[in-house]
Amino acid sequence: MTSHSDLLGIMFYGAAVALLLIGLYTMLTRRHLIRVLLGLTLVEAGVNLALVAAGFRPEAAAPILGPGAAPAMVDPVPQALILTAIVIGVGILAFALSLVVRIHRTYGSVDLQVIGERLASDPDGTGSEIRRRAP
Amino acid sequence: MRGRDLAALLFLAGLGALLASVMAELGFGNPPLRAGGPILEQSPSQVGAANIVTSVVLAYRGMDTLVELTILFTAATAAGMVLGQGTRAGRSQSPAGFILSTAADALFPFLLVLGAYIILHGHLTPGGGFQGGTILAVAFFLPLLAQPNAGIDERITTWVEGSAGAAFLLIALAGLAGDGFMAPFPGGELGELLSAGSLPVLYLALGLKVGAELAGLMGRLLTEDEA
Repeated sequence: MTSHSDLLGIMFYGAAVALLLIGLYTMLTRRHLIRVLLGLTLVEAGVNLALVAAGFRPEAAAPILGPGAAPAMVDPVPQALILTAIVIGVGILAFALSLVVRIHRTYGSVDLQVIGERLASDPDGTGSEIRRRAP
Repeated sequence: MRGRDLAALLFLAGLGALLASVMAELGFGNPPLRAGGPILEQSPSQVGAANIVTSVVLAYRGMDTLVELTILFTAATAAGMVLGQGTRAGRSQSPAGFILSTAADALFPFLLVLGAYIILHGHLTPGGGFQGGTILAVAFFLPLLAQPNAGIDERITTWVEGSAGAAFLLIALAGLAGDGFMAPFPGGELGELLSAGSLPVLYLALGLKVGAELAGLMGRLLTEDEA
């Protein structure tokens, strides 16, 4: 049983770390803002998976009481935490997406490099000059 | 780009090694989490919800959920402020095709029933206000995808959201008559639909609030007009 549980642990924690690293790699190397946000959601998924996996108990059921004697159950606290974390992730994502919409409206691009160049050539930092020059 | 990719890979390899060593120390299946055990033992008598995750979300960590609702509200408000007032009068978006329109109409009642079911059974089965609220929001968002010009009536979503939030707070305040702010009122037979006292009502308010908030938010992002 120990080796089985160890294998599960390597699988779950390994998947969590892999998701987190893939997400971070995406955020570090992509220039498209929407892809950066996709990387952020991957990081969130990795962290959530790690937390949920921390509540694992060998041979335990989901923390829902049924009729009859209650068997061993997994830790409900990380699951409740994840519920909170997912919803907050949605809120952050929505806010970030609306910022991206606003950036696109002002600088006409979602490419970080292009935005950087246009920012550098923006005299007053409001984007009005760029909009005026744009066709 | 090559150098940047290499630097990112090096950084991630180091971070991965660090995280792997931390997780190896943590121990799988027996981590140092001490709150779960007592909650599993006491929650049937203290809260009386068959779904113990719900007892944690709404009773033991009810204050946390209240603050979380505030965060969601703040994020939605901030998104609305950043996007500004949508000027939908300008450019009209073409309606979606036959398949999406028909599917949105056909799915609407089923999504409503499923969302309501998941919210109302949140204290018995996996699910609850957040999950059901999201499904309710999708029920109203799908027709909007099919007919982007229709828009979501923001007066209705704001009204639902406000009154649901107020109901959540009132139930929380009513706890002051008992054990304190946010204290649940246990009651009912464990496993029955009408059980766990105030928890189903709290989840109903929460689900309506989350649903209205998400529907309004997605609608605002969709009908955002390119300047």
